[in-house]
Amino acid sequence: MKVAIIQFPGSNCDLDTLHVLNNVMKVKADLVWHKRDDLRYYSAVILPGGFSYGDRLRAGVIAANSPIMKEVRRMAKDGHPILGICNGFQILVEAGLLPGALLRNSSLKFICKWVNLTIVSNKAIFTHNLKKNHLLRMPIAHNEGRYFIDKDSLKEIYKKNQIILKYVDENGKATESANPNGSIDGIAGICNEEGNVFGLMPHPERASEKLLSPFNTNDGIKIFSSMIDYINRR
Amino acid sequence: MALIQNMKTYLVKVIIENKVNARDPEGETILKDLLIKGGYEQVKAVRTAKLLKMWVEAKNEKDAKEIVSKLCDELRIYNPVAHVCSINIEGE
Repeated sequence: MKVAIIQFPGSNCDLDTLHVLNNVMKVKADLVWHKRDDLRYYSAVILPGGFSYGDRLRAGVIAANSPIMKEVRRMAKDGHPILGICNGFQILVEAGLLPGALLRNSSLKFICKWVNLTIVSNKAIFTHNLKKNHLLRMPIAHNEGRYFIDKDSLKEIYKKNQIILKYVDENGKATESANPNGSIDGIAGICNEEGNVFGLMPHPERASEKLLSPFNTNDGIKIFSSMIDYINRR
Repeated sequence: MALIQNMKTYLVKVIIENKVNARDPEGETILKDLLIKGGYEQVKAVRTAKLLKMWVEAKNEKDAKEIVSKLCDELRIYNPVAHVCSINIEGE
């Protein structure tokens, strides 16, 4: 098993993700430049966080047109796990691999803080090991994280259990103050209909070692280990 | 022998803005904290947008507009879920 971590110009969470996969999860992973067009030897793909192309035009849109995305689409279609973290989520949305849009935070500010999240659905490959309503702590760090989707499509993604993560308070309640960026219904992460493509604004790679957490938690591991279990069973 | 077409350069303006049901906090802040506070209560709403100016070589206005319309859809210059995109043309 080998995981591809795609590097775009401006990616900056690529090395953190590589570190967690190699040293925490003990999984082989490679950094793969976005101009490559072959991912045949990989079991899964991670689009890491950062500011691809300096967020020009709109976060993620230029990277969504990179040569590697053709191969990412092919892997998504073949059922391989595809994970988009923060800017990676924005890229997946702009590539049309996930529904909706990520707009500028309603506060108009870049937000960098730890948040509480609840598992709404364990349909995604990345959450299938977790129970519904399970609480996770992870940090967010973004300027364009306000998830938006039209009313009809929102109903549709509810019906198909594609809403995976929501921002909540420490008691697991969805409140307005627990929603950091004005996302519709406090949505923090969604998956595609098949459950193999997952995008989230929080950073599991920054929450996978107790040393790095103000709460002595390592909840990010749960996302990666669900993915790894799935690949091993596949 | 093929005729050499007279190509002209057209200025095409692409305006990308949030759909009405997608909040525009920047527009809201400009209205609330600048215009209203500055005494311009006649202004009832503000929406911000992104303007792209493209200089396009084409045979005529219609072709120039078509090229830009195609590229906007193909390269996802706007996100159809959240944005509306309008294309205006000026000859040069």
